[in-house]
Amino acid sequence: VTEPLDVAGVAVVSPPTGDHAATGDAAGRGRRGTSAWLGLIGIAGLVVLMEFLPRAGLVPSAYLPPTSEVVGALVSELGVGATWTAIGDTLLGWGIGLAIAVSGGIVVGVLIGSSNFLRELTASTIEFLRPIPSVALIPLAVLMLGTGLQSKLLLVVYASFWQVLIQVLYGVHDVDPVAADTAHSYGFSRWARIRHVVWPTALPYVMTGVRLAAAVALVLAVTSELIIGNPGIGARLLLAQSGGAVAEMYALVVVTGVIGIAVNLLFRAVERRVLRWHPSVRGEEIA
Amino acid sequence: VSAGGVLRRVGMVLGLPVVLITVWWFASANSENFYFPPLADVVSAGREEWVGERLTDDILPSVLRLLTGYLLAVVIGVLLGVLIGSFRTVRAIFEPVLEFLRALPPPVLVPIIILFMGLGTAMKVLVIVAGCVWPILLNTVEGVRAVDEVQSDTARSYGISGLARQRHLVLPAAGPQIFAGMRQALSIAIILMVISELFASEDGLGYTIVEFQRTFAIPEMWSGVIVLGLLGVLLSLVFRSVENHVLRWYHGLRQAQRSA
Repeated sequence: VTEPLDVAGVAVVSPPTGDHAATGDAAGRGRRGTSAWLGLIGIAGLVVLMEFLPRAGLVPSAYLPPTSEVVGALVSELGVGATWTAIGDTLLGWGIGLAIAVSGGIVVGVLIGSSNFLRELTASTIEFLRPIPSVALIPLAVLMLGTGLQSKLLLVVYASFWQVLIQVLYGVHDVDPVAADTAHSYGFSRWARIRHVVWPTALPYVMTGVRLAAAVALVLAVTSELIIGNPGIGARLLLAQSGGAVAEMYALVVVTGVIGIAVNLLFRAVERRVLRWHPSVRGEEIA
Repeated sequence: VSAGGVLRRVGMVLGLPVVLITVWWFASANSENFYFPPLADVVSAGREEWVGERLTDDILPSVLRLLTGYLLAVVIGVLLGVLIGSFRTVRAIFEPVLEFLRALPPPVLVPIIILFMGLGTAMKVLVIVAGCVWPILLNTVEGVRAVDEVQSDTARSYGISGLARQRHLVLPAAGPQIFAGMRQALSIAIILMVISELFASEDGLGYTIVEFQRTFAIPEMWSGVIVLGLLGVLLSLVFRSVENHVLRWYHGLRQAQRSA
């Protein structure tokens, strides 16, 4: 099978390899502590470099303001209500879009995935629709839905739906045939089979899909604000750009990056929590 | 495989798309809705617009920028990824910074890159590179990190080092992970190709489609959306055949492991 999600799917369920697997518990923790320090050094180095380059005149400060100015702009941006409204708008579009995409992807995926006939019938159509870049829908979205929340949702949902659907299909396909047959012989109803056999098998894949979808949804929410101008952090960035407020622009870019990291961390935590019972997660905790 | 089996497969692959297109064709045939023109109009507008000058004047520049940016990102991402992934300390220093850069939604880099590069072709290519390089880089780091220790030790005892080690041990071992990153990067590349053309451009696929929208040339706009969709599908087919070729040993290995 050459499914594109192969590696992503496997990454969740494969046991941890590499550095701390071989080392003892205490040593592993010690090394993790060291690498956290090294990471801080890396960040500090970047901050110093970004301060030094424009100050020394190596990069014009009109293009790259020193870090201290960006931080100042960041502080004043965060003191303005409009920034928080924009962050709220971005997160609202992201959250609603993601929720629609995830529930749609799971329902459609379980439906199609549990029938061989449907899977075969829809495979070519899915393979065709999935790579269509969601930005291709921008003109349609603007004309039909305007520049409000709806056009943002269209782009977010279209992009993130496929991430979930593909993983769900893959997960449902992964069901152990012996388990499925056993459930069948014991006279499980269709719903009971989905609930007790299919769902637990598919769950790690679903979580991978949701995590990928969450990242893609954020990209598309900001993109749509930047291009279409729906209210949100992207539109504010565009405003800073057209007003020539370079330090503010960098500050807002930092804000989107922090939101991106927060989204990643949140979904990694959710994944670990939901899959607490799963061998891959239990294994990681022991190591 | 029997003739019936082949027929069934063909039916399965073509059945639903044919039904969907037919439904679209007839449902829209007498459409009076300004935004949903009949599919027949879209097709004829598409034939007029895209077969001819636009192919060389708009599609070709877009695709060339896309490929240049993407391939640059692959080279930079893999080289830096191998370098960073090979040394534990270097990796620890760079990891948080790289995670931050990957978490940035790539389109927010566009205004910054415009500051530095103006609005020319270099800007558009650099936008694609700047968005695509992170998933490739981080996946390469991850792949290099996870090289099998037994293989690594074996290579060391046989005195395989330097370029030979990279060529025969590290790159193949990291290959599947590198391709996973390249696949993520490919869809980012298409998005950025379109977006980079929306800021004061004079040619390109994305520019043309939005121009159609702004002038309310609706059938032309729909045809452009379809062309862009087809480009996405085509690129993903090409990518998959390259991947299947390069990683055929890996897929074979997995198949063998599964049936065992």
